[in-house]
Amino acid sequence: MSAIQVIPLNWYLLLSTVLFTIGVLGVLFRRNAIIIFMSIELMLNAVNLLFVAFSSYLSDSKGQVFVFFIMAVAAAEVAVGLAILMMVYRNTKTTDINILNKLKW
Amino acid sequence: MKALILLSSLGTLALLAEIFGFKKRIFLISLLGLITIFFVNLLDWNLAPNIFFGMMQYDHYAVAFSSVILITAILWFIMSESFFKEETNRTDRLSLVLFALAGAVIMVSYTNMAMLFLGIEILSISMYILTGTLKDDLNSNEAAFKYLIMGAFSTGFLLFGIALIYGATGSFDINEIKEFITARESTVPSIFYVGVLLMLIGLSFKVSAAPFHFWAPDVYQGAPTVITAFMATIVKTAAFAAFLRLFSISFSDITATWVNIVWVMTALTLLVGNITAVAQTSTKRLLAFSSVAHTGYMLLALLADNSYSSSAILFYVTAYSFGSIVTFCILNIIINTYGNDNINSFNGLGKSNPLLAFVMTLALLSLAGIPPTAGFFAKYYVFTAVFKSGFIYLVLIAIFASLVGVYYYFKIIIAMYFKDSTNETIQATMNQKILLVVVAFAIIALGIFPDFIIRLL
Repeated sequence: MSAIQVIPLNWYLLLSTVLFTIGVLGVLFRRNAIIIFMSIELMLNAVNLLFVAFSSYLSDSKGQVFVFFIMAVAAAEVAVGLAILMMVYRNTKTTDINILNKLKW
Repeated sequence: MKALILLSSLGTLALLAEIFGFKKRIFLISLLGLITIFFVNLLDWNLAPNIFFGMMQYDHYAVAFSSVILITAILWFIMSESFFKEETNRTDRLSLVLFALAGAVIMVSYTNMAMLFLGIEILSISMYILTGTLKDDLNSNEAAFKYLIMGAFSTGFLLFGIALIYGATGSFDINEIKEFITARESTVPSIFYVGVLLMLIGLSFKVSAAPFHFWAPDVYQGAPTVITAFMATIVKTAAFAAFLRLFSISFSDITATWVNIVWVMTALTLLVGNITAVAQTSTKRLLAFSSVAHTGYMLLALLADNSYSSSAILFYVTAYSFGSIVTFCILNIIINTYGNDNINSFNGLGKSNPLLAFVMTLALLSLAGIPPTAGFFAKYYVFTAVFKSGFIYLVLIAIFASLVGVYYYFKIIIAMYFKDSTNETIQATMNQKILLVVVAFAIIALGIFPDFIIRLL
């Protein structure tokens, strides 16, 4: 029995769901762009945790490989995201997203 | 498969052009390369190989949709030549577009959830950057930022769904998931159903179906016009092909879990898209809402989930892409002349440039679904597919929605022919004129001989 399986699977499921929900709420309610990025990372890492737990319980390595894909893509996304944020910051001198309200009907 | 490899190589070549100093010629090289890739792609018809260790399958569905994507890309390249004329960032823009196309090809041919995820991300990350290409324009910044946040947010939902489905079935392969459901009909764990719903939410964000459409109008309006055209045609085609592939292969045996949700989403998308479009004064935003509305029509075929679905959607995206390319090409010319995209800018186009006005009218009629254009048969096939599955009320809603659609498309046509212009001359380049005439012929040809595409799948 591997170290991961000391804890029952349902607890992992619960923990990931809670972490994911915190991430979702962070994206919806926080107004600082950097914190929104952090919340998105939290969402993705909750998913990673879930993948690793399932992978261990199913004795199947595919889930862990998927985690590497997610990590690589998340890194690329944050790189692009921070570049876009820098571009916004140069034009507005703030990271508060309330300034971004030019486009609406 | 060859298309994917060649597209990625072409994208890398475009990056190398900056170093080895042939960036003056790289646009032409890319365009010729795309035309070559289009024909090479057709050679894969009937081969149906399982490629990359069964992670992708290049079946008829994949070849047909990637051909639509590639032909739209060729037309898009011709219309957006000026986008690649600037001295700086020329090669970056080109390679990002080519990588986005590679992502789109992955999205139409995946059989493994990992490839679905990678395809979506390759496409999306390139699009985030392209949306923000006008670095000093605050609208472009805002659009890029919103697109990035909403894209990453929806990816989170998609991944959580994939994780739960993996936990239930132990597989990422869409065919194995189908076998799993067939084998254990009544004892599928409940997390599987949660996973299906989360994936549904994630993919609805990507195709901009209501109530997850709110980012689309903002992003479409803020992005450079040519990139908006790219998003409205190629990205939508790829996202929808991916959506349909997943739901028609993996989840078609458990329609009971998602059919009601998709029903409501379809009705909402049709009504919200069409009715909100009526109130718009910015043409770009109007076309953005019209693109949301067209997602609704495509969702109808997805909901039908029968043997007509894929050919109906293939025809729909073809007709819709051709119509959109024309409208955005002309809109781009208008924006470059007047500096704004208000509907009033179209006033008197019928007198000042009859060719543009005529082609624009034809494209708008096609988008509105009026015979003898391609759009009429596109709607006809979609409605037939959904009618055969027994969703009669939804067909009525869709017909009502198309009537509303006719109203706002005619607003532009009326502005062009019945209002006086401010007497500015509007000039299209020779390439643009050829493009417009060719696509106009294609729209009419597809309206007269729709069988050509419908028989493919």
